Amino acid sequence: MSILVGYAPVLPEILLAVGAMALLMLGAFGPDNEKSGEQITWLALLLIVAAAALIVLQPPKTEQLFEGAFVVDRFSRFIKLLVLLGSAGALLLSVDYLKKKRLMKFEYAVLVLLSTVGMMMMVSANDLIALYLGLELQSMALYVLASMQRENLRSSEAGLKYFVLGALASGMLLYGASLIYGFTGSTSFPVIAGVAQAHDAAQNVGLIVGLVFLLVGLAFKVSAVPFHMWTPDVYEGAPTPVTAFFASAPKIAAMALLMRSLGVAFPGLEPQWLQIIWFVAIASMLLGSFAAIGQTNIKRLMAYSSIGHVGFALVGLAAGTHEGAQAVLIYLVIYIVMTLGTFACILSMRRGDEMIEEIDQLSGLAQTNLPMAFTLGMLMFSLAGIPPLAGFFAKLYVFSAAVQAGLFPLAVIGVLASVVGAYYYIRIVLIMFVKDPEEKFAPVSGKLGFVMAASLVFIFVFATPFVGGLIVDAAGAAAKSLRF
Amino acid sequence: MTQLLLEYLPIAVFLAVALAIALAMMIAPFIIAVRNPDPEKVSAYECGFDAFDDARMKFDVRFYLVCLLFIIFDLEIAFLFPWAAAFRDIGLFGFWSMIIFLAVLTIGFIYEWKKGALEWD
Amino acid sequence: MTLIAFFFYVFAVLCIASAAMVIIARNPVHAVLFLILAFFNAAGLFVLLGAEFLAMLLVIVYVGAVAVLFLFVVMMLDVDFAELKAGFIKNAPVGAVVGGIVLVELALLFIVHGFDLGTAGKLQAATPPIESGIANTEALGRLIYTKYVYFFQASGLILLVAMIGAIVLTLRHKEGVKRQSIAAQVARNPATAVEVVKVPSGSAIVPSSQGQNS
Repeated sequence: MSILVGYAPVLPEILLAVGAMALLMLGAFGPDNEKSGEQITWLALLLIVAAAALIVLQPPKTEQLFEGAFVVDRFSRFIKLLVLLGSAGALLLSVDYLKKKRLMKFEYAVLVLLSTVGMMMMVSANDLIALYLGLELQSMALYVLASMQRENLRSSEAGLKYFVLGALASGMLLYGASLIYGFTGSTSFPVIAGVAQAHDAAQNVGLIVGLVFLLVGLAFKVSAVPFHMWTPDVYEGAPTPVTAFFASAPKIAAMALLMRSLGVAFPGLEPQWLQIIWFVAIASMLLGSFAAIGQTNIKRLMAYSSIGHVGFALVGLAAGTHEGAQAVLIYLVIYIVMTLGTFACILSMRRGDEMIEEIDQLSGLAQTNLPMAFTLGMLMFSLAGIPPLAGFFAKLYVFSAAVQAGLFPLAVIGVLASVVGAYYYIRIVLIMFVKDPEEKFAPVSGKLGFVMAASLVFIFVFATPFVGGLIVDAAGAAAKSLRF
Repeated sequence: MTQLLLEYLPIAVFLAVALAIALAMMIAPFIIAVRNPDPEKVSAYECGFDAFDDARMKFDVRFYLVCLLFIIFDLEIAFLFPWAAAFRDIGLFGFWSMIIFLAVLTIGFIYEWKKGALEWD
Repeated sequence: MTLIAFFFYVFAVLCIASAAMVIIARNPVHAVLFLILAFFNAAGLFVLLGAEFLAMLLVIVYVGAVAVLFLFVVMMLDVDFAELKAGFIKNAPVGAVVGGIVLVELALLFIVHGFDLGTAGKLQAATPPIESGIANTEALGRLIYTKYVYFFQASGLILLVAMIGAIVLTLRHKEGVKRQSIAAQVARNPATAVEVVKVPSGSAIVPSSQGQNS
């Protein structure tokens, strides 16, 4: 029994994994219909809430398990809660859509749960093998989810593209990991850090090449430029709730993985990886802003928007300071809420059984459905970074961290990119409020309305000292446990 | 190290012999046999009429599913070999860790069975 | 030692040659067969390194399963060779230019820096030596299930996801297929299987629906 108590820090992951298997059995033995699929989705949601409760109840200390491969600290708990929020939101968003599209299978919820387990493993990974296995578990489930709508050509195409490019990225990551292992003699992050801190580590071409390959693999997973090419196609082709899932939880987990692997394993090579992060941040911000301008499909637009937001978040990491890491975490919190809210709006763009994805069709929404238009409008303002909404503070923290670290060019480019980005966000608002109305959308369902309302409240109350202060303090404490 | 490799020498010899015999069988006809090719003689023969199309045809996607499931279980049993070899040293913990691993995959197997993935139609 | 060197060169040359043939071969089925040859030779190289278990795994998993899967995939897809070749010729100049640039860059690096592994190899922490007297498979077994139990269970979960994914994406049942249900057959008894009908003379029997479908 005493041996089991030692595994308490992994309990949330174990709960989700065992729960996913139990739901798989329940689904396999239960009736093969939509109703059982929906029940299992609700049960999965319950499991996620339970796992989140377990994480909140964990004692606030750093613990290492499995020979140091799995680490639970403030940072991992903070990110895991965000990941669980993303997964829960995505599940909630998907119920109505899946029923409409006759996709309501219990495997959907099971795969989301298993993918969440993979993300939590990524967040806690303190070893190259753990990193890879977590990433692979997450990605495998996502490949399947992307092509879930298998009669739809675009969905299959999205899944195939994501799989092929994802496998390529995994290969690069593995190649980098093998080089790092070869040149340091260990897969454990602290041991790698020890070797990489030696004074002549910067001369070690092999280790740096390994680091670069690792970064390439991770940049692919967060869809940062120049490894973003899959994002628009996959976001457009995948079923919309799956896209909402892609844009929220996996991105958070991959960002956390990036932060931990760079911050814990490679503090000694900081000058080397900072260059790469600078470049990736600038390129992502610019591409995310400019490429989104011409988009007519709102899912594609959100893909470019997410690329841009990853760039903004990376600005904080590029600062390489504690404030920078804290800013990234704050950014991720606000980003995930805005993303879920926006996708709740996108999923409400529906006439009868037909999903609408064209931006033009939002025309005059303020006259036909004012609450939805107001919510989407505020979310767009927040995504653009207009005060006093949450999105403004996200950018403020990131840029002030960059300025404090002396990165004026990065901050200036970031502000310029957000000005360009504001153009296409505000264009949507104009379309909704100024243009003549199109045919009415179907009424917003309760679940989507709930997500919309929650995100709307969040982006307004973030400015209050209580909520904002709470999140900022938690992010600061989380960032501290990462040695930043 | 060399000792280990010496254990493989019989296999190398066996392969060499097999290769030699196989090559001899294939090369001998080129040297000894009488060959008198003719367009009619070497063309494909399909029971009296000209060949309709390519002999290769598309396989059913179901083969793919069977093969994929086979690979997964193949990988699973690959984990059993080191377990069996080191069973004396890994104790109760090692035993139960394998049992949990097998349980996870058994759940997958039950799912597969219930879904009818093991049936042909 | 010379024998080992001889086998190394045999395996290495065959491995690279067959890998090249995988790309060159016109017929995709031949390409897969060359891939199998390459796997075999790679397994031979693993044996020379003392990694017996990996060698056997390569034969069992890659040759035994993955190569077969590749064959199925090749057979399943109707590849149009003429179309593929057209694309190749069209893109060849671009590829040649990119390849040439990379080659020149590598050559420049080589000229400027030389091929100096001194600094590269210096930092390498000592890799634990392979214990003598323990078989390769056993040495792995001592670690996988205890020290690396986390990775082991994680790989189990990945395999589970692969299983679910394969079924979700490819399984489809044909409508209206009649199956034998042995349990239903065995569970039958005279009361459910046989229906005794009194036939009045001069009239027909209308079969009842019960008992028709098993």
